[in-house]
Parts: sequence; structure tokens; C-alpha cells
Amino acid sequence: MDITILVNLSYIAASILFIAGLKMLGSPDTARRGNAFSSSGMLLAVLITLLDQNIVDYRYIAGALVAGSVVGYFAATKVKMTSMPEMVAIFNGFGGIASLLVGSAEYVSGTFDNPAFLGAIFVTVLIGGITFTGSIVAYGKLSEIISGRPFLYKGQQFVNGLIVLSILLVGANMLFIQGFISAEQTLMLLLALAFLLGILFVIPIGGADMPVVIALLNSFSGLAACAAGFVILNNVLIVAGALVGASGLILTNIMCKAMNRSLANVLFSGFGAVTETSSDSSQEQGEVKPITAQDAYLILEAASSVLIVPGYGMAVAQAQHAVRELGELLEANGAEVKYAIHPVAGRMPGHMNVLLAEANVSYDELVEPDDVNPIMETVDVCMVIGANDVVNPDAKDNESSPIYGMPIIEVDNSKTVFVLKRSMASGFAGIQNPLFFKPNTRMLFGDAKETVSTLVSEFKA
Amino acid sequence: MESQIILLIFILILSIFLGVELITKVPSTLHTPLMSGANAISGITLVGAILSSGSSEIVTITLGTAAVFFASINVVGGYLVTNRMLGMFKKK
Repeated sequence: MDITILVNLSYIAASILFIAGLKMLGSPDTARRGNAFSSSGMLLAVLITLLDQNIVDYRYIAGALVAGSVVGYFAATKVKMTSMPEMVAIFNGFGGIASLLVGSAEYVSGTFDNPAFLGAIFVTVLIGGITFTGSIVAYGKLSEIISGRPFLYKGQQFVNGLIVLSILLVGANMLFIQGFISAEQTLMLLLALAFLLGILFVIPIGGADMPVVIALLNSFSGLAACAAGFVILNNVLIVAGALVGASGLILTNIMCKAMNRSLANVLFSGFGAVTETSSDSSQEQGEVKPITAQDAYLILEAASSVLIVPGYGMAVAQAQHAVRELGELLEANGAEVKYAIHPVAGRMPGHMNVLLAEANVSYDELVEPDDVNPIMETVDVCMVIGANDVVNPDAKDNESSPIYGMPIIEVDNSKTVFVLKRSMASGFAGIQNPLFFKPNTRMLFGDAKETVSTLVSEFKA
Repeated sequence: MESQIILLIFILILSIFLGVELITKVPSTLHTPLMSGANAISGITLVGAILSSGSSEIVTITLGTAAVFFASINVVGGYLVTNRMLGMFKKK
């Protein structure tokens, strides 16, 4: 049999494995097998590609494959679950740069003058470059190497517009004019502009909006691979890249909906950087009522239903194991325990679910806002652990609030709310939270892990 | 050549619709493993990287080899970390 037919049949098989794998990721029972399907599709695609007769030298391929696999293996096995957002971010970046390099390699080998190919190279390098530096900045923000605060400057839109215009001009030169500047210069200029745009695109976005950015960069890494597929005319790259691109876009859309904001608003508004004006009247909203862990224990001990609402603060305090222990003790005490998870809680889609899964919380105890909001009046105690904006009643009551309209977990409707918080400093978005001043709210100040551990020891005593 | 590109665009459009159908059904509990699993799939660019890396021109080899390195981190790391996460999702 002709080797190209064998290769193409294998690519079809690999595509089927990717599709089946993604489908199985739709349920926790089959997800792990789905991932195995998907990875065997990848293995098949890679092995069959190695049979390609145009490959003249295997030494570099082998070396890079081994080196990359070793790095990937250690990164994946050593990373802490709390560092998962930055891990996903940096992997997106690696996918982007790989596609960029494939596009560049094809460009410098310079065998075509067809505008369709050149257009594909242009798109590959552009998206790959934006994905790479955008992901690096996202990684920096998530791991707090650089400040997670939104960064805005005067004339930002103008500068971005100028870069986009320059990119279009470079693209025109690359595709149609050819010769205004040399091919190498064109590529270098395009790389520089794409890298710059990636940095400037992520840097203004605040940490609380990171779930949107990560989902979007995830989509970009797929689209870059897809564009690379058009460069080398390879169908498996197009299928796989398009699947990832679509998946990332859907997640992006879900995240935006969960914040009741448009994608443009998330990307360009620098949310939280300019909300100082709304905080002036906030101190007169009422009295904050602190409570000790001992008193909180007495209320919890008498509660028959408890809803735990985790947020980014739980991840920072690494409190998930202590929280699970408390949940089990409450259940042993006869209370019904559920965990309400807002889609944008944390720093990436599904962040809280992964942390609680790590701590051995059964996934059928995790519920979504729409499940718990209608029955909130019947809940005895809501424990808000390191969450802020996703439980802010201003989102439904205060039309002038920047987060007005965002779907929230309506903990203020429950009988008692415990808020575990380090201090009264306002949350990440810089917005005051009237929840803290409600008559049924009690503040448990201190490190979330210590507070929960104290509650656990009270139960055990 | 043109007909080949048209065919690939056809594949692209169908794949996007398929992707949308598949992912819309994923529950929010699994969003993180979905993202990292999808990210590992985007490492498929490794296939392109291997072809570039096996060329005979030095510049192409250099760029291709670097691409193989990054893409294989993406693939191996992405699948392993997804597997590790999914192993933690348990029901009592």
C-alpha cells in the first residue's frame, strides 16, 4: 500500500480518537478514558508522521521529542493543584509558540508564492505569537511574578490600534507586495508585532477576569494549530485545532455570561482599575459583626443544612483539605452539606472543582448557582470561603454597581452567612460588598485554613 | 491546489460545528480538565513540527526542532496533568 494512504488513514483514526475522547470528557465517569483515547490518537498521529519519507534526519527530532517529553512529564507530575491556572496558561503558550515556529519554518524554506499559503503562514505566526506572549503574561499574573492588578495607561486603545494597523501592513507586504522589505525582515517584524500585541492584550486585564483570558488563549492555541494545518496542508491539524478552538470559544462565552459582560468589556475595560469612586459611601452601610470560631462552631453544630461557597481565597490559603474535613464532620453531625460553585470563582474555568476534587470531595456534592438560589431560604448556614464578587448582593440590587446584572450565589437569602476573610480590605475588583454589613452576616476574620482548622478541632473536641 | 484548500476549509467548518456540539455538553465541574485536555490536543502541531525538523535545510531544522520541543511539552504535559486531575474526580 502507498505510504501516503496509510498516513492519511491513520490521521482519520487519530481524528476519531480526538472526537470520541472529547465526547467522553463530558461526564466524570468516562472522562479519564476519554483522555486516554485522545492521547492514543496523538500517539498514533505522531508515530505515523515519523514514517514520512521526506524526513532526512531523525537525530534532532528524537532529541527534541525526548527533551520536551521529560520537561512535560516533570511539569505535569510536580505541579500543585493550586498552581493549575498558571500551568494551563503556560502550556497554552507552548502550543502557540510551536505553531508559530512551524509557520516560520515553512516561510523561510520559501517554496511558495501562493497568497493562500502565505496568508495561512501570516495567521499562524500572528495567532501563535499573541498566544505565546499573552500566555507568558497570564502566567506571570497568575503566579504573581507580576502584579495581578489591571494595568491601564492613556492612549492604550490608540497604541493597540496602531499595532493592529502595522500588522495589517506587514501582512499586505507578505501576501501581495513582496519585496518592499525582504522576507526575513517581514517575518521578524511580524513576530515582533505579534509578541507585542500579545503582551498588551493581557496586561490590562485584572486577575479576577483571568478565567476569560485563559479560556480565550486556550482557543487561540487551537486556532494557531489549525492555521498551521493550512500551511502544511494537513487535515489532522485542522480537525484537532478547530475542535480546540471551538472548545475555548465556548468556555470563553460561558465565562463572559457568568459575569454578565461582553468579551470586549472584559478585554478592554481594565475592570476594577477605576472603581475608587464607588467606595466613598460604603462605610455607612452598617456595622460589621465579627464572630469567633468558637461561636461559629455553636451555630454550625445546630445547623441542619450548610452550603459552602469557595472562591480564590480558598486556593490562596490552600484550605481545600481542611474544608473537606469540616464538611465531613458536619455531615457526621447530621447536616446536609453542599458546595456551591460559581463558574468564574477562582482563576480559571472549573478551578474550584479541581481543588475540591483534590481534597476528595465527591463531585455530586458540587452544585451550581441555579440549583441553590431557589432553595436558599431553607439553608441554615452559608460559609463563604475566600469568595467575594460572586456573592455580592450589589449585582442584583444596585444598578450603579460595576457588577450589576452578574448572576451571583444569593447567600444573603440564607438564614446565616459566615464570611471567612483575611481583613476588611475590598476584594480583587475593588468593589465594596454590602453582604458584609447585612444583619444575618457574621465575619470570621483570619487565614481561611486556620479558621476552618479551628472549627474542625472544635467539632472533634 | 485550490481544490485542496477548499476541501480543507470544508473540513474546518465541519470540525468547528462538531467542536461546539461536543463541548456545550461538558458540565462545569470538568471545565479545567476539558481545557487542559483540549490544550494537549492543540499540541497536534507536533506533527507539523516533526516534518519541518526532518528537513535538510539548517534554518528549517532549527525552527522545526524548537517547535518539536515546545509541542512535546504541550502534548506530554497536557495529557499527564489532565489524567492526574481526572483521577481525583470521585463519587462516594
